[in-house]
Amino acid sequence: MKKTTKQRLRRGILYTAFIVGIVLIAALADWSKIQSSFFNLEIAAEMWPRVFTVAAKNTIVYTFTAFAFGLVLALVLALMKRSDVKPYRWLATSYIELFRGLPALLTIIFVAFGLPIALGVNIPGGLLGQGTVGLGLVAAAYMAETLRAGIEAVPRGQMEAARSLGMPKGAAMRSIVLPQAFRIIIPPLTNELVLLIKDTSLFFVLGSTPVNKELTKFGRDLMTQKFNGTPLIVIALVYLIITLPLTRLVAQLEKRAARAR
Amino acid sequence: MNPGVSPIQVLELHKHFGDLEVLRGIDFRVDTGEVVCVIGPSGSGKSTLLRCINLLEVPTAGKVLIEGIDMTDPEIDVDAVRARIGMVFQQFNLFPHLTVLGNLTIAQRKVLKRSDQEANEVARKVLERVGLLDKVNEYPIRLSGGQMQRVAIARSLSMNPYMMLFDEPTSALDPELVGEVLDVMRGLAEEGMTMMVVTHEMGFARQVGDRVVFMDEGMVVEDGPPDDVLLNPQHGRTQRFLQAVLHQ
Repeated sequence: MKKTTKQRLRRGILYTAFIVGIVLIAALADWSKIQSSFFNLEIAAEMWPRVFTVAAKNTIVYTFTAFAFGLVLALVLALMKRSDVKPYRWLATSYIELFRGLPALLTIIFVAFGLPIALGVNIPGGLLGQGTVGLGLVAAAYMAETLRAGIEAVPRGQMEAARSLGMPKGAAMRSIVLPQAFRIIIPPLTNELVLLIKDTSLFFVLGSTPVNKELTKFGRDLMTQKFNGTPLIVIALVYLIITLPLTRLVAQLEKRAARAR
Repeated sequence: MNPGVSPIQVLELHKHFGDLEVLRGIDFRVDTGEVVCVIGPSGSGKSTLLRCINLLEVPTAGKVLIEGIDMTDPEIDVDAVRARIGMVFQQFNLFPHLTVLGNLTIAQRKVLKRSDQEANEVARKVLERVGLLDKVNEYPIRLSGGQMQRVAIARSLSMNPYMMLFDEPTSALDPELVGEVLDVMRGLAEEGMTMMVVTHEMGFARQVGDRVVFMDEGMVVEDGPPDDVLLNPQHGRTQRFLQAVLHQ
């Protein structure tokens, strides 16, 4: 057999297997059952508008508070990691290794329940406060490494030029190095944001009221209540509506950064 | 300005990078209004010497006196001294995230606390002087190498320095762009600016320099008027270096 014939035959078999598979699934699946338990329009309609006005809104709010808290902490850690005082470097390194090595869920539980039980320390702000701190502590560890890489990607001559103009180290860092570093790390930072959006689903352990549920908890509660899978499908779509544009944006930014180089 | 005190005086300066001794006891001074060109083979320590003067490199031993102020004294406000010394780098080091105007005003505003309006006026004046007023709103990436280096010089001038340090200002430029940068530097020298220039441009050193210093292996080998050092060098090392450079 010629090579091209062989290839054509192989491709033909693959296509046939695919079509047979589809036909089998279509013939054997209980479509009305699937429709009523996963694509029940009545239940989906019932979720409107609270899936957006409450659940999606909360997910976005939690994401941004955790991101903001994490970013500020990450900046402190990144600068500590570059400090010429050794103990600061050790502290930052230990923090980053520790929180990157632990499940985010554990950190959230520790902040929300461990601290109050063990030390009587209560993080204020209820679910929002505890979730933000718990998730932000973890996010900071990852973002600190990203930020450090960004700062180190700015040529040393930038700092030297700023210092030789008489700018103190802090001012040179703030107005010369960091703006350039942030520009470099916008794509990885946006990735971190997408991870955080998904990680806010961990807030389910915090217990919630009807007004502070995020998407996953909202969907799960409704699923149990209606005994139907539709709510999960709906919130999955809402997650995608939020995350897909962001991941597309990252791809665009990375392409542009690659061109600029 | 403090008359009677040298803008730069270097005493018994040593600099080590690990085991490598880059500067081995330099004694050296620059007087007010003088243009001193430092030449020498690469690795001779001339750039390190320049960088030690405004403390971009911290000397291992010895003293750097700027107008009599000991830069190595930990009590000294190094930033305040640096603000009055212009520094021009081989790689320009313009701030790529700022426009030409932003490059020229940021230190004026942050260090000299000038108002936006005053900083802008000064920036325009020095840009006009280097012939680039039309580029005021461009970003550095849109400029040629020669234009970038002229903007870098203007950035230093916007701080009203009484002295300028040049670290191989034309070494990263295409040959046809060297002239425009040297012209600006010549203009500064004619106006009486105190300048210390690390350079490979022998023609510039000879025409514009008041003194030429030849360095090799971390030491000052020869120091004198340009014609003496360049045309009638006393040391074998200077002779060999000049021969190699002039026969390129």
